[in-house]
Amino acid sequence: MSKTTQNGAPGRPSGQGSGLVATAAIWIAVAVVLAVLPQVFSSGLAISTMCLMEIMIIFALSYNMLLGQTGLLSFGHAVFFGLGGYLTAHAMNAARGEHAPLPLEVFPLVGGATGLVFGILFGAVATRRSGTAFAMITLGIAELVSSSALILRHAFGGEEGVAFDRTRVLHLFGISFGPQEQVYYLIAGWCFLSMGGMYAITRTPFGRICNAVRDNPDRTGFIGYNTTTVRFLAFSMAGLFAGIAGGLAALNFEIVTSSAMGAAQSGTVVLMTFIGGVGNFAGPIIGAILVTYLQVMLSDITGAWQLYFGLLFMGMVMFAPTGIAGLLAMQMPLVRAGQFHRVLPWYVLALVPGLIAITGVSMMVEMCFHLTVNTADGPQMSFAHVAFDANSPLAWAVAAVLLAGGFWLFRRAGRKALDAYGSALEKARSGRAGR
Amino acid sequence: MLEIGLISTLNGVLFGMLLFLMASGLTVIFSMMGVLNFAHASFYMLGAFFGFEISRHVGFWPGLVIAPVLVGGIGMLVERYGLRTVHKHGHVAELLFTFGLTFIIEELVQMVWGKLAVDYRVPQLLDFPAFTIFSTEYPAFKLFELFISIAIFLALLLVIKRTRVGLVVQASLSHPEMVGMLGHNVDRVFMLVFGVGAGLAAVAGVIAGPALVTQSNMAQSLGPILFVVVVVGGLGSLSGAFVASLLIGLLQTFAVASDASLADVFGELTGNGPLIAYVSDIWNVTVAQLSAVMPYLLLVLILIFRPRGLMGTRET
Repeated sequence: MSKTTQNGAPGRPSGQGSGLVATAAIWIAVAVVLAVLPQVFSSGLAISTMCLMEIMIIFALSYNMLLGQTGLLSFGHAVFFGLGGYLTAHAMNAARGEHAPLPLEVFPLVGGATGLVFGILFGAVATRRSGTAFAMITLGIAELVSSSALILRHAFGGEEGVAFDRTRVLHLFGISFGPQEQVYYLIAGWCFLSMGGMYAITRTPFGRICNAVRDNPDRTGFIGYNTTTVRFLAFSMAGLFAGIAGGLAALNFEIVTSSAMGAAQSGTVVLMTFIGGVGNFAGPIIGAILVTYLQVMLSDITGAWQLYFGLLFMGMVMFAPTGIAGLLAMQMPLVRAGQFHRVLPWYVLALVPGLIAITGVSMMVEMCFHLTVNTADGPQMSFAHVAFDANSPLAWAVAAVLLAGGFWLFRRAGRKALDAYGSALEKARSGRAGR
Repeated sequence: MLEIGLISTLNGVLFGMLLFLMASGLTVIFSMMGVLNFAHASFYMLGAFFGFEISRHVGFWPGLVIAPVLVGGIGMLVERYGLRTVHKHGHVAELLFTFGLTFIIEELVQMVWGKLAVDYRVPQLLDFPAFTIFSTEYPAFKLFELFISIAIFLALLLVIKRTRVGLVVQASLSHPEMVGMLGHNVDRVFMLVFGVGAGLAAVAGVIAGPALVTQSNMAQSLGPILFVVVVVGGLGSLSGAFVASLLIGLLQTFAVASDASLADVFGELTGNGPLIAYVSDIWNVTVAQLSAVMPYLLLVLILIFRPRGLMGTRET
């Protein structure tokens, strides 16, 4: 987002005057973009996709309060998302039954409060440990909650979930929230507030201590902070924001089912946050937008989209653990020093064989998928508008050559690009030192 | 009552031993490398599906050997080319790597074998009731499962207590850095242990596959229980994992056999208020319904009262 948001950087004092203006400018720009988006992309699909993206942005950012800011790897974050959604749905139904004068705008608060309460409850157990044990405990809690969902039928509605009608509450200013566009603005508003809130938390001393607990818990303990308390506070607050996201999701779909807090949902938020980048405030935002877009788009194109997803995630873990935002942030010093044009050709050079290798992989996946899942259609298939026989050795040979050749060239070009990056960075640094 | 007790005990011990086949590999890998292998249950699933595929072509018995060897090989490759690359990015990256691996393995299995359960049959040689207690026939295959898992358990015990490799593994459980300093090729030991661990999980898959359901979600449903075993037993404690495996095996099997609920103990709930429907849900839950939740309840209780697990010595 801005240069002041790189949490991984050592304690560089943020520029007070100009930095503040830049930050304010960015937030105003975000608000304007959120407001203008439905006017630009006005189709029904686009608006509902953007609603989903904004919900996921809140969810992923709340997750990053744990993983990115405090170094806590949780596999059960969807619990707060789901419980927030359920309580919001029950509150909607109750408000309708009691004719309570509450407008729809405030109901995500119910979700947030639920997330906070359960965050405190589960956090008291989970945050006693850190690291791997913490990850396992969150996994256990998630299983506990999602299996109870099927037992406690009145609270969770069993298999069907809890449904409600979002238009049957008090209308403020005559807004009924029938059309999706009105819901979009509700979600966008809450998204903006939550983003602002979570960004503000990273700038407080508490946010800094969270970073310290992530980087070196022992030393944080030595200077007098109780690391368990810090983890507990971070966990509860992450629950609060995840609950808001869950409440918004409930209002968006007008139904909550137990899949909202299942293992798949918890996994998705891990994927999103990590692919976007955990070391940067903007990372989860990028991840949420990209992953949601891929989910909507890829699932239309191919049946094996979850496999691509897994491969993308594995690739990021192995080769780019800082995520997309981390890769972008790496380029910032070059751009600032005017050296970026030196590395750009190398990037393009590495990108071409990379794309070839990806084509090879996806061709193999598609052929496999066609042969095993679409057996009934026969071996004839088409990939990238080229029709061929999925059983023919030639097709497999082509795919293998594309993959192997592309990967080999990519490795070579990638090494060159890294060298170029290194020397450009050197230049950028020496240029600044010489000034 | 006695009948249910006996059968449940047998089944519970069997389930516990199967759990231990997997948990042992998981614990040793965790102690040595500091990685809790999320994909361990996926290796179990791979074992079941490989065993199924081999049993279709050559029969069950070759599968019992070939499938674990294949899965062990895959495990070694994963360690050599995957985990070792990620290792430099720290433990979180390693955990996430194995987490991603579960995704990919599940998707691949779904792609090749479909989402529905496959017809993995008990071999004909063992397809008869071994004995009859009161009125229940106990299948011979289950006895065979029990026999195999106990045999492997004993073999493992022998290897760890009596051989040189076992000594290195044992040393690595408590002092991994020191073992490296003494000149052992720690990388190769890691790869070997990872492969053997994956292979053991695959054995569990091959022998459990015909008795339980062989389906692409079997890793997902078993994986969390496995972690409960490891955490309850105490991270890094092999004997703890053994006790916890049996405990959870027995707990779940006995729970399934009981349909008592709070309503049985304290009588039906009467009265009507807005909350009564929610409370009566809890009131009427039977122990059998709770059996799926029980391992996780145990986990939470253990963490509250004994955070380092039953026999754990290390904090993380």
